[in-house]
Amino acid sequence: MKLIASSALALMCTSVAAFAMGEGTCAAGKTLSEGTLTIATGNPAYYPWVMNDAPESGEGFEAAVAYAIADKMGFSADQVTWVRTSFDEAIQPGAKNFDFNMQQYSITPEREEMVDFSLPYYVSSMAVLTTQSVVDAGAEATLDSLQGLKWGAVATTTALPILAEVVKPASDPLLYNDNADVNAAIMAGQIDAALYDLPTALYLSAVVVDGGTLLGQFPPEQSENPDKFGLLMEEGNPLRECVDAAITDLSESGALAAIEAEWLAEATGVPVIK
Amino acid sequence: MTTSKVGNGAVSSRAKAPTRRELYEANVRRRATRIALISTISVGLAIFFLVPLAPGWEAVQRSFFNGRVFAATFPGLVEAFLLNVMIFAWSAPLIAVTGLAIALCRDTRAPALFPLRLFGMAYTDVFRGLPVVLVIYIIGFGVPGLGLPRPWNSPYIWGTLALVLVYSAYVAEVIRSGIDSIHHSQRSAAASLGLSDRDIMRFVVLPQAIRNVVPANMNLFIALQKDVALLSFIGPVEIFRQAGVYKSLYANFTPYVGAALIFLALTIPATRYADYLMNKQNRART
Amino acid sequence: MTGKLSLRGVRKWFGENEVCKGIDLDVADGEMVCLIGASGSGKSTLLRCMNLLEPIDDGAIFLDGVDIAEPGLDPQPIRQKIGIVFQSYNLFPHMTALENVMLAPRRVHGHGREELRPKVAQMFERFGLGDRTDHYPDQLSGGQQQRVAIIRALAMEPQIMLFDEITSALDPELVGEVLDVLRDLRKQGMTMVLATHEMGFARELADKVCFLEAGRILEQGPPDQLFSAPREERTKAFLSRVL
Repeated sequence: MKLIASSALALMCTSVAAFAMGEGTCAAGKTLSEGTLTIATGNPAYYPWVMNDAPESGEGFEAAVAYAIADKMGFSADQVTWVRTSFDEAIQPGAKNFDFNMQQYSITPEREEMVDFSLPYYVSSMAVLTTQSVVDAGAEATLDSLQGLKWGAVATTTALPILAEVVKPASDPLLYNDNADVNAAIMAGQIDAALYDLPTALYLSAVVVDGGTLLGQFPPEQSENPDKFGLLMEEGNPLRECVDAAITDLSESGALAAIEAEWLAEATGVPVIK
Repeated sequence: MTTSKVGNGAVSSRAKAPTRRELYEANVRRRATRIALISTISVGLAIFFLVPLAPGWEAVQRSFFNGRVFAATFPGLVEAFLLNVMIFAWSAPLIAVTGLAIALCRDTRAPALFPLRLFGMAYTDVFRGLPVVLVIYIIGFGVPGLGLPRPWNSPYIWGTLALVLVYSAYVAEVIRSGIDSIHHSQRSAAASLGLSDRDIMRFVVLPQAIRNVVPANMNLFIALQKDVALLSFIGPVEIFRQAGVYKSLYANFTPYVGAALIFLALTIPATRYADYLMNKQNRART
Repeated sequence: MTGKLSLRGVRKWFGENEVCKGIDLDVADGEMVCLIGASGSGKSTLLRCMNLLEPIDDGAIFLDGVDIAEPGLDPQPIRQKIGIVFQSYNLFPHMTALENVMLAPRRVHGHGREELRPKVAQMFERFGLGDRTDHYPDQLSGGQQQRVAIIRALAMEPQIMLFDEITSALDPELVGEVLDVLRDLRKQGMTMVLATHEMGFARELADKVCFLEAGRILEQGPPDQLFSAPREERTKAFLSRVL
């Protein structure tokens, strides 16, 4: 009964939506609630991905990309709703409360066993955040020098496998719950350096960490598995095709690069680690 | 004397044939066992068959009981657990010693030592009143932030200190209750022999007090074994953190289930043993 | 002062309750004094005052002419000279009989275990406990425990022994073995003060019997006189109840 009822409803909605939105409505009938695109971000959402923790403004790289994708999928800005989730909420089994989740999720084959990712919307360099005193003590942007540092990272990020595969530090890294704790450990001198995606590292070094500085970056070309950010969706989400089409469109038209240039401009000019 | 004769009579008759009462009791026992068995089996079957019928069962199974992820992560979890064991191994003796010292502070009677008594009181009040994780954060990040050089700013040192501070406050209270439980006639007897206050505490009161509170302290140390995981908040990659890393890597919660199993493998025997000690003590008292 | 131990006007309050109302008592060297009287008459408290387990509120206690009840005096050295045995034995349950006995000589006099062992073993032997040295208190009968408690007090070589109703908690058949110990000590010439309900024993062995009532010594004298021809009506009434 329920099945029949809901498919009937879906059918009805599809026709209504198709009528309302005309062409480019590949999303019709596939979203959480019809005519609305529900996007999840972090709590809080960080600069420069979302400015002032206010994704509705469309300011910040991810906020801007989100609205661009929504536009391509046929949703106006008014039809976009934002929700907040943690990483754990995003991957827990059961019904999701978002159509897609956007908070710098790195695409990995292991994760793809459990959830679906869109095509990447950003390929990030990884950058080494440290403090001036560590640099003064002789740390350099070479792998040799980096191996001797005491490392930290956020436990739930892909910085960790990259650290293990590329840097191979001499002592085991210390791991933390979030950016704030990593910064506390850097400022307490418990770790010398932490690995972040470049935009985050830039923000932290400039604004949050006292005496923070970037020692260098690992550009995506250098890594076998560069850090690619994708939109996270419930496995088997029918919306995926539609989202991928939108991202392909945006990257081919150069719109994605333009957004990147607008919000992540500073990311150039950081020395490359040899 | 008469009672023991009756007892002997009962024993000899039991050798021949069961008495009416014995027959009745055996019957009651058999019935009780049968009912317990039936009810346990039906509950077990119900869980086994009904839970998988839930619409989300498949998704839950894939996220929490994923054999592939379990096999891939379990050895790493066991290895990480060694760090828990190590932290526990060096924290527990420190906690025991500090707890004892604080308990003794609270028991001082000389007026000159009143500050010590006040300190003991404040210590137990403050550290029993704070969540462990808060103390770990404040001490673990705060003290090293004062500018200590490595290795003196290690999260292991200050995280351990945080555990010691909180748990020794509890242990101190338990020991103090043990000291209070020793009847004053024991102190009188020792004093009447000319022993000093110090010797009375050391040789007469404390050995008995500590023996009385072993089960209660066992429970505290089981709790400590679990709270060691909170040190992960300030950096150390112990089992809880390692499980979190795997969770993030595989986007799957199975590593947490693995970690839970490892914890239980240690804490269930320990809890059973503590209960056994407690029961033994209660029997001895009655 | 006429005695080895002399009490003069000893007063003791527990809160509002005056338990000793000015007690005068002389115990001569080698003498055995028995305190008799109803429960709550102040016998136990008086004994506890004598070895300073309870500080007295007024009056004086002289040991060999020296006032030991002077406020502020360190009670420890005095307690070593005056032993006490309690109704409820109060052995240390976590120590064997031998350890119970040796603890105080070791800690207070600084004697070594080996040094003490022959002497202590001999005392166990003498009181019929030669095979009980390594038993814990809960493995001993009441009578055996009480004998260990007596040995424990004697091991400090006190000049005076106080006994606080030491047979009251015992099964009737075990009373005899403990009283035998007291007879033995009497023979040795130990100075003793007993609070007791064993009237026959008091009559047989005491040099002096004191009848306490409501915190006062109502009547005292040699046992023959006190038991056969008490002067006070209330002594008579008490004796007729217990004899």
